[in-house]
Amino acid sequence: MDYFGDPAQWLPFTFAMLMGVSILIYVVLDGFDLGVGLLFPFADEDEKDNMIAAIGPFWDANETWLVLAVGLLLVAFPAAHGTILTALYLPVAVMLIGLILRGVAFEFRVKAPLSYKSRWNWAFFVGSLMTSLSQGFMLGMYVMGLTWTLPHVAFALLTAVFLTIGYSFIGATWVIHKAQGNLQLKAIDWAKGGIWGLVLGISAISIATPFVSSRIFDKWFSFPEFLWLSPLPILSAVLVAWLWQMLKTMPFSGDRFSWLPFGAATALWTTAFGGMAYSFYPYVVPEKLTIYESASAPESLFIILVGTIFVLPTILAYTVLAYYVFRGKATELRYD
Amino acid sequence: MDAFLLSRIQFAANISFHILFPTITIALGWVLLYFRVRFNISKDQRWMDAYMFWVKVFALSFAMGVVSGITMSFQFGTNWPGFMETVGNIAGPLLAYEVMTAFFLEAVFLGIMLFGASRVKPWVHTTATFLVAFGTTMSAFWIIVLNSWMHTPQGYEMIDGVAHATDWWAIVFNPSMPYRFTHMMLASFLTVSFLIAGISAFRILIGGNTAGVKSALRTAIVAAALLMPVQILVGDMHGLNTKEYQPAKVAAMEGIWETQNGADLLLFALPDDDARENRFEIGIPNLASFILTHDWNGEVKGLNEFVTEDGEVMHPRVAPVFWSFRVMVGTGVLMLLTSWAAVAMMARKTANGNARRGVEGLPRLMLFGFVAMSFSGWLATLAGWYTTEIGRQPWLVQGVMTTEMAVADVPAPLVLSTLLAYLAVYAILLAAYIAVIFHLARKASRGETLKPRVPGSGAAVAAVPAE
Repeated sequence: MDYFGDPAQWLPFTFAMLMGVSILIYVVLDGFDLGVGLLFPFADEDEKDNMIAAIGPFWDANETWLVLAVGLLLVAFPAAHGTILTALYLPVAVMLIGLILRGVAFEFRVKAPLSYKSRWNWAFFVGSLMTSLSQGFMLGMYVMGLTWTLPHVAFALLTAVFLTIGYSFIGATWVIHKAQGNLQLKAIDWAKGGIWGLVLGISAISIATPFVSSRIFDKWFSFPEFLWLSPLPILSAVLVAWLWQMLKTMPFSGDRFSWLPFGAATALWTTAFGGMAYSFYPYVVPEKLTIYESASAPESLFIILVGTIFVLPTILAYTVLAYYVFRGKATELRYD
Repeated sequence: MDAFLLSRIQFAANISFHILFPTITIALGWVLLYFRVRFNISKDQRWMDAYMFWVKVFALSFAMGVVSGITMSFQFGTNWPGFMETVGNIAGPLLAYEVMTAFFLEAVFLGIMLFGASRVKPWVHTTATFLVAFGTTMSAFWIIVLNSWMHTPQGYEMIDGVAHATDWWAIVFNPSMPYRFTHMMLASFLTVSFLIAGISAFRILIGGNTAGVKSALRTAIVAAALLMPVQILVGDMHGLNTKEYQPAKVAAMEGIWETQNGADLLLFALPDDDARENRFEIGIPNLASFILTHDWNGEVKGLNEFVTEDGEVMHPRVAPVFWSFRVMVGTGVLMLLTSWAAVAMMARKTANGNARRGVEGLPRLMLFGFVAMSFSGWLATLAGWYTTEIGRQPWLVQGVMTTEMAVADVPAPLVLSTLLAYLAVYAILLAAYIAVIFHLARKASRGETLKPRVPGSGAAVAAVPAE
């Protein structure tokens, strides 16, 4: 261990990175299937079935990244886990009930008697909405330092709406990739309608974060950091412009590059997420608790790390396998 | 009620709801693999029919297990932050290994197992089924390791009130783990046996298309009849292990207040925790001593040994433990008698005396009995977990920290509101789950499983997702 320097330094940092990557993968992957749920009311009955077929084989594994992310928070930063989740007690409960509703609606909507199907469709939408709103709310509260004051809650309500629209946007880009014909055209319209939520959300958080904390302000707006950080907002702006241009001309002939909007959206989320991670480092509970203060004992982190080194590449490999097996346009999901 | 009690009820509600579904998926995964392999070998369509029917129940149960499991992982933080703050160095790696080795494995290969049968080669599909079954079992293993460590902790040292691991081998293979893991695995297989037997009996009773049903029913009944006696033996060994490491729990299970030699086995009693005595005892003389010590006059420690000098009660409330234990044993005995009676009926010779009667030899009353006992495994499993978990109180980690030390400082009304919301959701989902299983059974009997939805309504895509 000592080859890398002080394990009480590099282990918490490694786990913060791992947790960050898990959260990012989660918001992209579960983001698209939550988004599909949010778009449900805009689709007709057959389109709903087709949209479910586009996410059916993946959603279970997508949601597992949330378990891994909160699991890493739990096991690597136990003190922070308690502080954050106790402060967010109510939105967490709303999110969990939302996740329950939508997770089981996947199964029930096709297994329950036909007359109940529309109710489970509705449960799928409501569950997705509860999950998205509460995650956006938690994001806002986190940025505001996890204190329940009226302005903070107001800001969190705003980010709740923006993140929800953002999820519906990335969901629409996934449907563009997975669907064809009329549904694909509809999805392009949905994406055009949703991209503004994403832009406003990223802007709101980017503007608010430095003003909540002078520490974060200094991290961004001092020389020379400002210079080498400037590509981040510039890249985001370029991505947004490119996405907008692309959506206006889609679908491309022969349906080539149908994955590009989803890819560009993922890149956009990654830059936004990278910016946030830079702002908050080294704090895991904003301005209160650093990753180093809240980390588990090095010997426990080390034994988790040993497992992670073997397991994470395996997880990534078979995730890729699952996406490969179900590649291409979504087709009818059948057991036989 | 205070936030502590409400949080306990909320956690109990969540974990009770959650355990119902892993109890089914752990064993059902292996049963599906068995069906799949039987089909690979014999190419007999009946086994594939059985697979296709039960894989739907698996998918439904798996989804219920995943979503309620996510709830659990958050509840550690929202309601019990003290747990991870004190023993996080030990619980953390165990939970991490659970998520990494098991959760992902099953979640990813589930997609291929459910929807991949026509997209991948048969051996890939069989392998995916195996990996899902293996994943659920690994998941159960790590969770049982952590749970057992909370009952019989070892391999750690306390530094400034925080547990630090000293010996991972000792932590993983702690004294109660092998017993608890075996007991739970068998409980899962028995639960699934009775579920398959019950639903198959239901399908025979309503008639119609019964392809694969009789094979499934016979497999389930034979499995139950074979496993039930093993479970009773393992349960007894688990009890002896508990007597050694958690004598207060055993005293509560048996309703024994005073340490005594030749303790009676109480068949019925109303333990009164306030008066610290039993009312209306009916017991079999000396039998409790014999079961627990294998000596008719062996000594069994009483609950009064676990009250400190200043009157602090360091044993669980007796009545819930006492009764949960009896419900578990009673259900188990009923499961034993039913499965053995069914095997005896199936083994009878036919009129011309050449062959065994098999499933045809089961009278209608017996089939109704199996339908009624479809979910008997749930009852026994829940009662068993209540026995062991309530039996550990007031400890959260035996001898290390009490449950009260872990509770979050969340206002009681807030906990009450989320508790009510969870209970409402769980009640609806449980009703829907059971109703849908019977609905699937009726649908399969009508032979509708593999046909498209409703004629004419799916012109655009003709899709029957997840069907």
